[in-house]
Amino acid sequence: MNSLINIQIGDSLQNLQLPPVSRMDLIKYSGASNDYNPIHTIDDEAHKAGLPGVIAHGMWTMGNLAKLFTPFYEEGYIQTYSIRFRNMVFLNDVITLKATLKEINENVLTFDVAAYNQHDKHVIKGNVIFIKYK
Amino acid sequence: MLKEFIGKQSVKVKNVIERGAVKKFAVAIGDAHPIFIDEEYGKASRYKTNIAPPTFPRVLEFGRIEGLVLPEKGLIHGEQIFNYERPIRVGEVIYCYSKVENYVEKKGSTGSMGFLTISENGEDVKGELIFSSKIIVIITEAVRKEMLA
Repeated sequence: MNSLINIQIGDSLQNLQLPPVSRMDLIKYSGASNDYNPIHTIDDEAHKAGLPGVIAHGMWTMGNLAKLFTPFYEEGYIQTYSIRFRNMVFLNDVITLKATLKEINENVLTFDVAAYNQHDKHVIKGNVIFIKYK
Repeated sequence: MLKEFIGKQSVKVKNVIERGAVKKFAVAIGDAHPIFIDEEYGKASRYKTNIAPPTFPRVLEFGRIEGLVLPEKGLIHGEQIFNYERPIRVGEVIYCYSKVENYVEKKGSTGSMGFLTISENGEDVKGELIFSSKIIVIITEAVRKEMLA
């Protein structure tokens, strides 16, 4: 989809499958976001916290999911982006991003958005309200 | 003990939306689109400059809420909501503050869970709201006991 002009309820933006989550992805995100909680980068710290290994920052996944909307900033902008964190993301998980149009109200588009893993389990889930410029 | 913080807020902190920080962030979320990082592309866009990704406010400084000390470990990020009046522009100055919006405890299978809602907000130089965000943090009973210790 190159434009949101003719989007219909039930239509999805192009799904996007991310490369397997790598430690370097999380190291980079730690640096870029100033979130240095070591459960995201250092195995020992993750183990101490009772986790089987390091987990991705929830905000890393949420940041990734928003990119489905990046091609459309000439047409409008994200007014609301709301997410519930449902399941943890581990190294080597393969995450798929998805957005489906749920409602249209004049220039207000409401999408269901989600990221799910290779076991078809939702890791994050929520909504994007996209306002089209008039 | 967390209930008494409801309504308290930080002193506003001046933030400048740095080009390099936006680029680094966009790259880190795998979204190095020219609308975020290419200066000429930004100038030619409807925004006349580059903009920042919607989750970028996580990078900004919102100041400390006096007396509120949360543990660095053991918090669970339950929910996150961003609301925008318009996208954030590279180069602009934003005054940011955070506020404790709510705190409730609910009984669960593993003891009582605390739900702390903190808002993080950004205003332009005239005091007009650009964005507001809400973070819901889940604090388990075990972590709360450590906070008291």
